[in-house]
Amino acid sequence: MNPIVTVVDYGVGNLLSVTRAFTYCGAEVILTDDPSIIRDAARLVLPGVGAFADGMLSLQQRKLVDVIQLFAKTERPLLGICLGMQMLMDSSEEFGFHQGLGLIPGKVIEIPKVGQNGVPHKIPHIGWNLLQKPVHQPDWQDSLLTGVALGSASYFVHSFMAMPDKQQHRFADTNYNGQIIPAVIRSGNIYGCQFHPEKSGDVGLKMVKNFLQL
Amino acid sequence: MGDPQVFATQYYQAGADELLYIDSVASLYQRNNLHDIVRRTVEHIFIPVTAGGGIRSVEDVRQLLRVGADKVAINTAAIHHPQLITEVSRTFGSQCMVLSIQAKQIGKEHWEAYTDGGREHSGKDVIEWAKMAEKLGAGEILLTSIDKEGTRTGFDIGLVKAVATSVSIPVIASGGMGNTEHLIDVVKLGAADAVAMASVLHYRNCDFPMIRQAAIAENVPVRHLRMDSSS
Repeated sequence: MNPIVTVVDYGVGNLLSVTRAFTYCGAEVILTDDPSIIRDAARLVLPGVGAFADGMLSLQQRKLVDVIQLFAKTERPLLGICLGMQMLMDSSEEFGFHQGLGLIPGKVIEIPKVGQNGVPHKIPHIGWNLLQKPVHQPDWQDSLLTGVALGSASYFVHSFMAMPDKQQHRFADTNYNGQIIPAVIRSGNIYGCQFHPEKSGDVGLKMVKNFLQL
Repeated sequence: MGDPQVFATQYYQAGADELLYIDSVASLYQRNNLHDIVRRTVEHIFIPVTAGGGIRSVEDVRQLLRVGADKVAINTAAIHHPQLITEVSRTFGSQCMVLSIQAKQIGKEHWEAYTDGGREHSGKDVIEWAKMAEKLGAGEILLTSIDKEGTRTGFDIGLVKAVATSVSIPVIASGGMGNTEHLIDVVKLGAADAVAMASVLHYRNCDFPMIRQAAIAENVPVRHLRMDSSS
């Protein structure tokens, strides 16, 4: 039987490419905003692009905040992508202060406007960037990143970044002109990717397949 | 030229970092059949896709995103109604709003923005327009030199440099690529953040391994394609 993945459809962003990537990797995709289906999902994906406050508001309007928080406690796999990753955090500073889902301690902050050398760089950070391990060298085996080589490039497009309070929740980083940006965060079976696996070619599809194995 | 789907799939598999699908005369003919083409073209393509040509409203953008585009490139409608940039960027995020500028040189260090596939004057100075578009919420600029497009004689480096150093959003240089040296020059001398190419690929003057190799040799950052043995 094909693995089933439930993608939260809360009205923001391009869900087609996420859906296509999972389908391409052999999954059956359920696209829904129905709280009861989301609560009982085997695997949950929280996609999204756009502003943090709008995303959280859309989840609230659909009464999905508690449902996702409860889902996360079941230890079934949860993957937040881009804004979906940022919403896993406690809060965001994007256009004011906004409460997040609070599944991984930390907050969403602006990408520093200058590189390490003090020279201004382009924001949003758009493009392919390399994955590296954070200083505590987490083991990527049996995870979302199984078989993903160090230095693999994935596709980023963002102006803000999710910064976990605890080093242990950082699972992969990327280096943008000397600024270290969390690329993948993890707490148990809860994962967040700042980049778009569904837009990252073979490397991204590898992660999609890995997620279906978790 | 042939079926865009065939080109798109071929370029994706060969290692393109991003795909631009632009119907450059859509505004001129008031046509709007991008949706079907985008829908078919991007079905098995897992890299970013920008679609453009004849986009006139937030609703047009919504429909393109729905069929698989990640970003939209807007020129003519943005010039006529600059607030469209803000509306698109507020609704879908600035990462989605690519301002397309068709630039024609009209004097020394002086370029004018054109509309309708490079056919109509707008009276707008390219650099001022780029700065204004950034303020209005554009997330990227796709900058095409009308003078160079299709010539395969190299990019308008002066134009690219003037725009790329005037805004803080990424600028994609387009128009004129004929060989890999052109790409290196526009990145190193023109400060381009990305480079778009079309006919040089369509007519097979260059291929991706060639381009990637040349870029790496000159320290121009490109995506490193690493195929892991365990994958």
